[in-house]
Amino acid sequence: MRSGLKSFLGALILFAAGQSASAQSGSLGLPRTVEAGAAFSINTTGSGKAVLYIVGPGQALRRDVQLGEAISFAAGDMHNAGHYLVVLAGGASTENGAFDVTAVHQPTTLSFIAKPSRLPVDLHDGISGVVYVFDIFHNLVLQPTPVSFQLSGVAGTPQRRTVTSKNGVAWTKLDSASKEGAAQFEARAGNVSDTRIIQQVPGDPCNLKMDVRPAGQRLQLETQPVRDCSGNAVPDGTIVTFTEIYDGGEATVDVPLKRGVAKTEMPAYKGATISVATGVVMGNEIRWGKE
Amino acid sequence: MTTRQKSTLWKPALIAGSLLAALFVGASDQPGVRVEPTDSVGPRALEKQTETAVVRDYLQAWHSLSGALEQNRADLLNADFVGTAKEKIADTIREQAKLGIQTRYVDKAHDVQLVFYSPEGLSIQLVDTVDYDVQLIDHEKPQITQHVRARYVAVLTPTEVQWKVRVFQAEPE
Repeated sequence: MRSGLKSFLGALILFAAGQSASAQSGSLGLPRTVEAGAAFSINTTGSGKAVLYIVGPGQALRRDVQLGEAISFAAGDMHNAGHYLVVLAGGASTENGAFDVTAVHQPTTLSFIAKPSRLPVDLHDGISGVVYVFDIFHNLVLQPTPVSFQLSGVAGTPQRRTVTSKNGVAWTKLDSASKEGAAQFEARAGNVSDTRIIQQVPGDPCNLKMDVRPAGQRLQLETQPVRDCSGNAVPDGTIVTFTEIYDGGEATVDVPLKRGVAKTEMPAYKGATISVATGVVMGNEIRWGKE
Repeated sequence: MTTRQKSTLWKPALIAGSLLAALFVGASDQPGVRVEPTDSVGPRALEKQTETAVVRDYLQAWHSLSGALEQNRADLLNADFVGTAKEKIADTIREQAKLGIQTRYVDKAHDVQLVFYSPEGLSIQLVDTVDYDVQLIDHEKPQITQHVRARYVAVLTPTEVQWKVRVFQAEPE
């Protein structure tokens, strides 16, 4: 209860102080905005000594000053963008005001997030790029800034897109290329650029087909080179499943692709049905020894 | 009127005053918060739970900021800030401590608008028009309190259990 009352009184004092502050404001010669890192000055009137404070979440300064003189700030003194409270305390009076420090318009650093780092070919809007634009002091550049995105490095014309940043951020979505391989995804704003590598891998197999040859009491099964729908070779190691269904039984063999094909041997049962599949993709079906 | 009678009369007044104070303190402790409708946030769809978590964690970050700048303790930022935002505010705290000053931020009202949710879900941006009081204290002596209305841009990124503020920057309204 006591602490509640104390807080109440504290709030009253705070309120009163706020009232006096707003009554005294307005006579400081303050700029409305200052670009981060730029030199500037604050004009004062009167005479005698005073203390100048500039405070905000981004920076805090305190200087002993002579009233009646301009207070100069060198380049780099105020470098963090934000809203700053200015207080000039001298003798019996206190003056206050505020100004804003804005980011330098020239981008210096890009925070570029490209996702995913690996994806199948031929995927519409499969790649996303997000860029946050920062100045030399790592302030977010809130001024609209053109950001160009380019995806290149694989066969075909590079995809380009230019987006104007809003609130310091620009983003785009691009298609993955039809050919597998590493693509360079570049974002550029002004003279600064950043690149990410996107690995484009073959998609699901397309038109899976096998051939069968008799070899004594067994059958030799071999797929044709396994490719995706864009003609890219499906990577070695991909599992291909051969299934044989015969009178009263079933046999299954899983074989990894080697040099683009999968091969195996299975018993030759008259009337057996042999099928091939990989992942969710079904291939052709062969009926052996059909009479 | 006897001392006992005086005491009897004072008691209800004291209780009522204390209750009023507690109500006032309770009301002043919690800033008013308005969240703009988030229909147009993109490019990623924003779930209600995500929106609630982001706003909650952002407001908590203001609380941490206030405590850190008032007590000149950069460690209080750890829970809610990360990256550039944390480094910049920590630098300010070091400057304040060196100069012997403290600042007390009391946020009164927030008007929050979520403006961007990145496609991969790794960052979310909001714009907040904040009403707050700043009290400047120099070597334990309060100098002034000023009411401020400013537009803040914040970028939050997800961590293991919460969203943390990575960019925190006011811009001219």
